[in-house]
Amino acid sequence: MDAIKTTGLTKYYGKARGIIDLNLCVPEGEFFGFIGPNGAGKSTTIRTLLGLISPSGGSGEIFGMNMVKDRQKILDCVGYLPSEAVFYQDMRVRDVLKLSAGLRKKDCREEAARLCERLELDTSRKVDELSFGNRKKVAIVCALQHRPRLLVLDEPTSGLDPLMQREFFSILRERNQEGATVFLSSHVLSEIQRNCRRAAIIREGRLIACDSVEALSKTNAKRVTVHGELDIEKLPGVRDIQPLDGGASFLFGGDINALVNKLAACRLTDLSVAEPDLEEIFLHYYTEGGETK
Amino acid sequence: MTLLKHELKQGFKTLAIWTASIGFLIAICLFLFPEMKGEMDNVSDMFSSMGSFTAAFGMDRLNFGTLIGFYAVECGNILGLGGAFFASLIAVSALAKEEKERTAEFLLSHPVSRVSVISSKLAALVVQIVVMNVVIFALSAACIAVIGEEPAWKEICLLHLAYFLLQLELAGVCFGLSAFLRRGSLGIGLGIAAMMYFLNIIANISEKAEFLKVITPFGYAEGADIVSNGSLDGKLVLIGMAFALIGVAAAYFWYSRKDIH
Repeated sequence: MDAIKTTGLTKYYGKARGIIDLNLCVPEGEFFGFIGPNGAGKSTTIRTLLGLISPSGGSGEIFGMNMVKDRQKILDCVGYLPSEAVFYQDMRVRDVLKLSAGLRKKDCREEAARLCERLELDTSRKVDELSFGNRKKVAIVCALQHRPRLLVLDEPTSGLDPLMQREFFSILRERNQEGATVFLSSHVLSEIQRNCRRAAIIREGRLIACDSVEALSKTNAKRVTVHGELDIEKLPGVRDIQPLDGGASFLFGGDINALVNKLAACRLTDLSVAEPDLEEIFLHYYTEGGETK
Repeated sequence: MTLLKHELKQGFKTLAIWTASIGFLIAICLFLFPEMKGEMDNVSDMFSSMGSFTAAFGMDRLNFGTLIGFYAVECGNILGLGGAFFASLIAVSALAKEEKERTAEFLLSHPVSRVSVISSKLAALVVQIVVMNVVIFALSAACIAVIGEEPAWKEICLLHLAYFLLQLELAGVCFGLSAFLRRGSLGIGLGIAAMMYFLNIIANISEKAEFLKVITPFGYAEGADIVSNGSLDGKLVLIGMAFALIGVAAAYFWYSRKDIH
């Protein structure tokens, strides 16, 4: 079964673009990354799926349930971590967690206590007094304490220190191994590359790629780093040249023989050819229309 | 039920402050009454010679020297206006505050239907208004007993009933507006309450503006009319409650479809 499936999902804010004709499919049990820069439509997609905003066109299903008609049933099995964690004023952390559990008509005290301990969250503090990162932790516990089948995370790591990020992802991996689907929206590519099996890339409201992270990273382009005297600027297939101390680094997507011939004519002291990381792939997709320049 | 409890907890401070303030002012006025009663002949003469100012507050038809006359004018201004402000404020922010304070995303990503959110907030609103009125009524009755007056209880009850209905009407209308608003709601709530109050004063001064009584809930909560007729104007009350129902219906209609930002 698909955890998330959208068909031609479209949302306009008046005339402004939100998302256009989005066809997204996330199988159950997946650890799925949703990549895009600010304003690409990541949050719009999530908010539409959760019924916070209504779509202008198309449809969406979560575990086979219609996102508009079965909103309440869907939210019952979803844990949502918003990008900005805001809570009611004058409440203590434990009261927020209790309110969240109460709204779900569930007793989550045990799980909440476990999560708070792992995330080192003091439940007796008032939420208004918490730092941004600690408020984020409260939101994480709210999203996880009822052990949802689907976790929807909107830029989850902003504000968390590296140790907490690691703990957070280890919790997510455990949940994923227990069968939960994780939908992780982020513009931090390294965390998607490290954690997700599959990912979709969204650009200006449209889905431009959806594949396994491995396949997404595998383009015919290579990251070439050379030291020594060289002149490769005119070679077809070279782009993103970054000058280095005594050399250069560039992406190469052309004929590898032409490159080798060219390099053979230069005096080099060092050479390395590597797969580009997701960061570079991402930039690749975000160059005009995703076409190789 | 969770949401209703949460709403009441969130609103408790506001309720306590408004109830205490209004109660305090009414108590002070009532304790001043025995002292003023003796000098009322002069005061009544003075008031009756103030022309339209007297009419504006209905003092041309009330005897300030009796407790009920005094109470109708004092209560009319303290509980009438104070209650109107309180009801409008809490109603106009009921739905709008979730988006203004950006807690709407937290609330609505839980498995609660929009309709149940609206109903819980509406229920909390009514509970708060009822609590305030019951407390104020009990306090007033206690003060009256302390100063040793034996007033016309029927009229006093009618006055309080009228102010209660007035608050319900304003709350209903403002609740409807609340569904459409995202920010700046408090100013609108206060503005509506104040505007309605002044519309009634204008209606009292000028006969040509009498029709305004149909619009403003202060029309059927006019102390002078209630005391001299011994009843509320049923037609005006019905019109007022219709306004409230329209407001509530608009809230259900709009908020259950609204895009939450």
